[in-house]
Amino acid sequence: MHFSPISMHIPDGLLNLLVSLLFWALTAAAVAVAISKTNRSLGERQIPLMGVMAAFIFAAQMLNFPVAGGTSGHFLGGALAAIVLGPWAAMLVMTAVIGVQALLFQDGGLLVMGANIFNMGILTAIIGFGVYRVVSASANRGLRLAAAAIGAWLATVGAALLTALQLWLSGTSPFQLVVPAMLSVHVLIGLGEAVITVAALAFIERTRPDLLNAEKSAQQGSLAWAWAGGLLSLALVLFSPLASSSPDGLERVAENFNFLSRGLSSPYKILPDYTLPVLGETPLSTILAGAIGVIIVFALMLLIGRSLSMKDK
Amino acid sequence: MHADAFDRYHPAESPVHHLDPRVKVVTVVLFILGNALLPDASWLAFGLAWLLLLAANDQSRLGLWFTWRRSFLALPFALTAVSAIFLPAGQPVFSFSALGLQLSVTDLGLLRFFSIVLRSWLSVQMAVLLVAVTPFPDILHALEHLRVPRLLTTIIAFLYRYLFVLTDEVFRLLRAREARSAGTQGHKSGGTLLWRAQVAGNMAGQMFVRSYERSDRIYNAMVARGYAGQMRTLHPHKMRVSDWRWQTLVLAALLLIQITGWIR
Repeated sequence: MHFSPISMHIPDGLLNLLVSLLFWALTAAAVAVAISKTNRSLGERQIPLMGVMAAFIFAAQMLNFPVAGGTSGHFLGGALAAIVLGPWAAMLVMTAVIGVQALLFQDGGLLVMGANIFNMGILTAIIGFGVYRVVSASANRGLRLAAAAIGAWLATVGAALLTALQLWLSGTSPFQLVVPAMLSVHVLIGLGEAVITVAALAFIERTRPDLLNAEKSAQQGSLAWAWAGGLLSLALVLFSPLASSSPDGLERVAENFNFLSRGLSSPYKILPDYTLPVLGETPLSTILAGAIGVIIVFALMLLIGRSLSMKDK
Repeated sequence: MHADAFDRYHPAESPVHHLDPRVKVVTVVLFILGNALLPDASWLAFGLAWLLLLAANDQSRLGLWFTWRRSFLALPFALTAVSAIFLPAGQPVFSFSALGLQLSVTDLGLLRFFSIVLRSWLSVQMAVLLVAVTPFPDILHALEHLRVPRLLTTIIAFLYRYLFVLTDEVFRLLRAREARSAGTQGHKSGGTLLWRAQVAGNMAGQMFVRSYERSDRIYNAMVARGYAGQMRTLHPHKMRVSDWRWQTLVLAALLLIQITGWIR
């Protein structure tokens, strides 16, 4: 039913116990905070709202659009949910969606559900809402839509990167293969997500402007979200190009810091015959190259956002 | 669409169907946890886990191969694990180069790949069986008993209930798009990719507004019927002696599988 070129729903068995439990703990903590926050700020009226919104995200994922060669893209919805419902409510809604996908349709596993919720529900809410929150008070409609586009794109890429890292940390895939593969595919999928998110937001602003305004965003989350989203995005933007263009170097750094490797069953050793045609000579040049690429994408997003909002006026 | 289009419940009279849902949920979670705990290449333990699965299938009277048929769902993603064969631990079996990468398949990598696929395949089947022998509201009720926050289970209950309605809404939107997207010969239907994505986005926005307004109506209807912030159920779900007995038996079997896996 849900067809995407590379799904982000990890099934059971692909993550090891340590990584699964670590992300279950992170997810449980985030969901617990989200529950107490929503209980405090929302009345009983919001419970049916969040339930129906969860069904909406689920159903909206069936809205596919043909891309090319028989493949089609579809909508993930994490960033859109965070922008219209606020980050805490969006986390609960996405948790429900991913939980039902795993329980009922075996789309994603149960033991790894913590990781799936974290990647597709919590990280996307922080990045999606955070980036949008930076400019949510601005009167410039094009700017807000552009921020939503960037947020949706970054959220998709971030979720893909985290999925790849989890697979690597679990000893399921070598870093050199899984990180560039996941990133390169989702850089494109993220573009589709961004366009759909912006079009949906533009539609909602036109028909129900009361659901989407500056006061509401400010009420849903403080400026701390903007900082959290901004910093995470910055880390992502600096890390991804480095990771995909010179994974060997990064793996060596990871080895030096020895992070998490003690609990893992399979030790990682750099083999001399693992070589990649490294684009740049030094880490600095790869970061620069990556940053230029990201700036180009950002500029493209800004243009798309502008042109969409022009058309609406 | 039929209201049960998404329902995965297969009604039957069997000891497994009559078990308390808590027992079933705990068993499935422990089974999957156990699979993750088993070391790579513990084939005997994987075999025993498979026997346990077959026994559960048999007891549920859905047929010995019931879960087999639906077990290849997770396979596309499980194939991501193919890259495990290149893990740089262990002895290289053979090497080749592709896409500018020098790749060597290692023996430990191969063992790991087959273990991962087996784990994934066994786990998916147990989850398939769970939803086939337990009505979904009962699973939610069991989760509530197992201390999953009520707000979350309530949201999931709503999601489950309105999924059918909103899916119909999506199909109506898709049908409307089809009806308006006629193409003539020599003329491609539809605009650019950006335009098509934008149309999908407008449909998502439309869906959102309709869902939002529907949730308002639902809330008012619920209040009119006495809703006060709590969902009630008529199923008390009490653990009986037979439930405890089954739970103990399954726990013993799972323990045995672990012991087999860890003793060489």
